Amino acid sequence: MKLNYRIVIFALAIIFGVFFSAPSLLQTESGKKITLGLDLQGGLHMLLGVKTEEAVKSRIKSIAASIKYFGERNDILIDSLNFDENAISFILLDSDDTSVIKEFLAEIDGAIIVVDAENISLKLSDEEVIKTEKEAISQAIETIRNRLDQFGLTEPVVARQGEEKILVQLAGIKTQEEEQRARELISRAAKLELMAVDEDRAGRVYTMSDADAAEYGDVILPDAKDPRIKHIVHEIPILDGSMLTDASMGFDQNNRPLINFKLNAEGAEIFGDFTGKNVGNHLAVVLDGKVYSAPVINERIGGGSGQISGDYTVMEAKDLSIALRSGSLLAPIYLMEKRSVGPSLGADSIKASMVALIGGFILVIVFMVIYYRVAGIIANIALVTNLFIILAVMSLFGATLTLPGMAGIVLTVGMAVDANVIISERIRELLYKGVSIHKAIEDGYANAMRAILDANITTLIAAVVLYAYGTGAIKGFAITISIGILASMLTAILGTHGIYQVLEKKITKSKNNRLWFGIKGSV
Amino acid sequence: MEFFKYTRTFNFMGKSKLGMIISIVLVLASFALLATKGLNYGVDFAGGTIVQVKYDSPAPIDAMRAKLKENEIFKGSSITEFGSPEEVVIRMKSTSGNVTVDVGDITREALVGTGKFEIRRVDIVGPKVGSELKEKGIMSLILAVIGILIYVAFRFEWRFAVASIIALVHDVSIALGAITLVGLDVNLDVLAALLTILGYSLNDTIIVFDRIREGVTNDRSSKLSDIIDESITRTLARTTLTSLTTFFVVFTLFMFGGEIIHAFAFTLLVGIVVGTYSSIFVASPILLEFGFDVKKYHVKLAARAKREADKQRMRDQFESGTM
Repeated sequence: MKLNYRIVIFALAIIFGVFFSAPSLLQTESGKKITLGLDLQGGLHMLLGVKTEEAVKSRIKSIAASIKYFGERNDILIDSLNFDENAISFILLDSDDTSVIKEFLAEIDGAIIVVDAENISLKLSDEEVIKTEKEAISQAIETIRNRLDQFGLTEPVVARQGEEKILVQLAGIKTQEEEQRARELISRAAKLELMAVDEDRAGRVYTMSDADAAEYGDVILPDAKDPRIKHIVHEIPILDGSMLTDASMGFDQNNRPLINFKLNAEGAEIFGDFTGKNVGNHLAVVLDGKVYSAPVINERIGGGSGQISGDYTVMEAKDLSIALRSGSLLAPIYLMEKRSVGPSLGADSIKASMVALIGGFILVIVFMVIYYRVAGIIANIALVTNLFIILAVMSLFGATLTLPGMAGIVLTVGMAVDANVIISERIRELLYKGVSIHKAIEDGYANAMRAILDANITTLIAAVVLYAYGTGAIKGFAITISIGILASMLTAILGTHGIYQVLEKKITKSKNNRLWFGIKGSV
Repeated sequence: MEFFKYTRTFNFMGKSKLGMIISIVLVLASFALLATKGLNYGVDFAGGTIVQVKYDSPAPIDAMRAKLKENEIFKGSSITEFGSPEEVVIRMKSTSGNVTVDVGDITREALVGTGKFEIRRVDIVGPKVGSELKEKGIMSLILAVIGILIYVAFRFEWRFAVASIIALVHDVSIALGAITLVGLDVNLDVLAALLTILGYSLNDTIIVFDRIREGVTNDRSSKLSDIIDESITRTLARTTLTSLTTFFVVFTLFMFGGEIIHAFAFTLLVGIVVGTYSSIFVASPILLEFGFDVKKYHVKLAARAKREADKQRMRDQFESGTM
């Protein structure tokens, strides 16, 4: 037996295939493995959109809050402070303060300020609006990622898709409850606001409409424990969750879970100032538009820490503190696409496609041997090698195997024999013409080469387009079929050619074309 | 074992008229179906919601319908069996943007009391994503066709390229007609199957074309129709064999691959049969119809060879310093 470079490469390909596919096939501890797609292992896939206009609105609101605080701190009298989606307006009572306030406003990024005597208005420039919207998306991605990292699933995927979509993929969600929890955690605004109760109107809250409240610059918010209880608070908050540095779960004296939070230096100062000036009044702790508590301020609170008590379970308190800690969403998110597959369905899909794969595989293998005899066996060796190479390459790249990907592998089993069929047919034809075994093999491969290349490259073009334009699970199909095509060219053009070269002398000696190529004796 | 005797050449081109008629009838019938019954877009492209529910006994479809009637959101929804009597799929047009409580959750609530069940799959595709996927899908088909056209024109000749594209349009049209006929939902997987048909059918066509190219290059005397007959006959065993093995595996996928893969496998099955047929009875006769001229081809080949020889001579002269 003489070795040739083809058989050496083929042997290396087999070793490569077996070695690198082993971790996936045997599910070993170490080594790179193929990940199963969400459709096979069960999981949640979501495309989320961001309501960016809300981010602009909340930016305006927080600017309004800072103007109010600035005025109070510097004894500047400000009246009729109002804001809508994109603009703030107020009246300066003392025109001497104009230059001070102008200086303060000038420091706000992207604000266009118009001063008309005592009437001052401020709006965000178009660029600033776009910037704010973009930031809202990036911030949402960052926040959701932070939250999911702490949720305890393995490798959650949070990524931007296109300009304004967020892709969230959670593998290994086992139960409906877990999915529900994850979705609540992701979508929770977790917007903490500390707001001043409007003491003058608190007694009339049940007789007032939202419009009435708005006239006084107030809003009416429901209580978290009992939505029938209403609170009236000043719409512009004292401070919001952006000044929060930490949040964690704790317990009160009755051992009920609550959330402790800490403010940064700026927040602590604002909080201290406010509580110092408002002893005896109520402070509302508002989370996502619901009042969790509204205790009386007994004294100035320094140090900048506080508590949110509510009627929650330990699990809820834990998730809530994760949400607060990872920051609030600047803008609400909404669902654009969702695909959720239960683990039992995934397992069924794996089983079904394995049956199809094994069934198809046996059919093809048996058929090839009946039709081509030894040439069929050689083609089958290439086919098996092919499967190993597909799995090995996918393992190495950590590619995801999806249900359409499984279908792609099944299809490859049918199509991968093609190259060897083309070659074998060419060899048979040459043998009929009465050429020597050596010439039949060499010319057979040479003649078949062009057809194999052209035919496979066109299929590859279709697969590449499918990969570029396909989404989710379909990409998996494009991947397996592409690797399958490339591997089949390698195993057929190099691999089986090498085997024939090794066996050539034997074939020539035996003169039994029926055994070797499945055709009637030598012609 | 051999399917076809080596010594015999089949007269395919003599029967090409019959093949043309069959093809035209099938394509027209497909167009008629597409125009009247129309493609049944699934949630991927039309947007909407799919909820797959499995009961531990045969699904109480009537009770489910009654329950779903109570909520406006399920208006126009349909319940169909999915693979087994225990398993059903609820399809509805409505979607929801709420992350925490979506249509799937509402369905779960609504079905309480109909028996013991498990929700196995929820697909919600919002209208925006649906239309984007549709746009992308159409783009991908067009791009694949253009890519293939360029490649074949480059490797062969423009007539070969046009003939193979006509064969592809033929295959995809008939596959779409078959999908419409049996009323399958057209989703992303069907699109993937259509793209695979493009590649697969072309694969067959190219094998035949490669032989024709070879025959035309080596044989100056024969008529084109004889060369084509010879080429198809010589590749017939390969065409049959590969089509058969592929058909085997797709058929097992169709039978045992599970309900989710059904539409995909069906589309491929049709595509394999039509694709094999078209490479023999559509692509090659069109080549003949287009008046591909063997003599002109040789003149062209000779001209190209001469140009290259000239170039080479110039280069030689340049290198040896005689220029």
